[in-house]
Amino acid sequence: MIAIIDYGAGNIKSLQFALDKLGKTSKLTMDPEEINQADSIILPGVGAFKDAMEALQRYQLDTILKEEAANGKPILGICLGMQLFYEFSEENGGCTGLGFLSGSVKRISDKVKVPHMGWNILQSDQPGTLLNHLGDEPYVYFVHSYAVDDLDENTLVASADYGGRVPAIVQNKNITGMQFHPEKSGDAGIALLKNYEESIS
Amino acid sequence: MLAKRIIPCLDVDKGRVVKGKKFQDIKDVANPVELAARYNREGADELVFYDITASNEERNIFLDVVEQVAREIAIPFMVGGGIRTIEDIHSVLHAGADKVSVNSAAVQRPELIKESSDKFGSQCIVLSIDAKKTSDGDYHVFINGGRKDTGMDAIEWAKQGEALGAGELVVNAMDSDGEKKGYQIELTKKIADAVNIPVIASGGAGKYEHFSEVFAEGIDAALAASVFHYEEIPIPELKEYLSSQGIPMRRRA
Repeated sequence: MIAIIDYGAGNIKSLQFALDKLGKTSKLTMDPEEINQADSIILPGVGAFKDAMEALQRYQLDTILKEEAANGKPILGICLGMQLFYEFSEENGGCTGLGFLSGSVKRISDKVKVPHMGWNILQSDQPGTLLNHLGDEPYVYFVHSYAVDDLDENTLVASADYGGRVPAIVQNKNITGMQFHPEKSGDAGIALLKNYEESIS
Repeated sequence: MLAKRIIPCLDVDKGRVVKGKKFQDIKDVANPVELAARYNREGADELVFYDITASNEERNIFLDVVEQVAREIAIPFMVGGGIRTIEDIHSVLHAGADKVSVNSAAVQRPELIKESSDKFGSQCIVLSIDAKKTSDGDYHVFINGGRKDTGMDAIEWAKQGEALGAGELVVNAMDSDGEKKGYQIELTKKIADAVNIPVIASGGAGKYEHFSEVFAEGIDAALAASVFHYEEIPIPELKEYLSSQGIPMRRRA
């Protein structure tokens, strides 16, 4: 069972429908016992970084996630969920994140329209199974105003080009982040979720 | 590179897709879930559903449609029509919509944009503007399905919408809507130049060139209804054409 962390983060239904298509059982939960029993965890998220961190803290989900991360349980962060893995975000005056990955989150350059909204091409930064069967120019759907800025280059799996480099998939051991919405990225997104699920099973 | 988006728009009345011309003469077209699935297969980048009835009992039929669409397709979609309160926005997002467009209610109470973008995030709050050129040569904002001139300047309203937290704009040119003579480029470009958020052109698409014209002006997305519903412009061929014109298009693997 996949535990989708329930802290009031936006449109979760699409994610559940996408996992259904892959035959994966998921449950929206904030119960520590259920999260502990789950084979893997997905941290979704839209909205503001600080609000999300405060919501996680309110339900002590930050502590639970830190324990599960340390225990090696696979955790996938999507969109804001991925950004929360980092040490710090400058959004709304600055806020400390979960710190699973080293680096920080900054606003996308105003040289381009913000938010970065729409379909952009995933470019591979290192070989691996996550990007299998995606075709030559896999387009995935992004919606975000902030992006990971400095990061450990070894963790960068794929990126997109929008006013500079936008880290799109990051991975360090059991921690994986997708800045775009795989559940909203058509066949390419379903293939990415399938690759990810196969890599952790 | 970010692809330009092709967005079919489905007007939904009592659980069916209908097509009106200039906001009138409503004709029945199709089942919304089936049509959404077809557009997904054909490579539409996003969908828009407008609830054009919005009486209370019909509202629940519409929310069922939204949820069925979310189950069926894995591309983003926006919902609009009859959105007046934070609760309305919550109910369509909860049913599985990714974005919500506000129109008349935001004109009457602009704080709705700020309150909803603070609560749900700018990325899901779209300001939809119905605009028409008036006798003084300016573009005014119209509300109540295009029946009432507010006297507000459309470009100023777009800027205000961005400042209040809208993450995207739909510019619906009432004069060109349903006429198939091309998008209202002048107005849409003026708005796109005045803001730094994505802009969707709406109203007037009739042939392939109308799409390339609007994208050449830096507009991010183009919305159309009947040319897609009746397959006058098949989406795969449209994308093929636009790609050949050097416009970045998402192509399906």
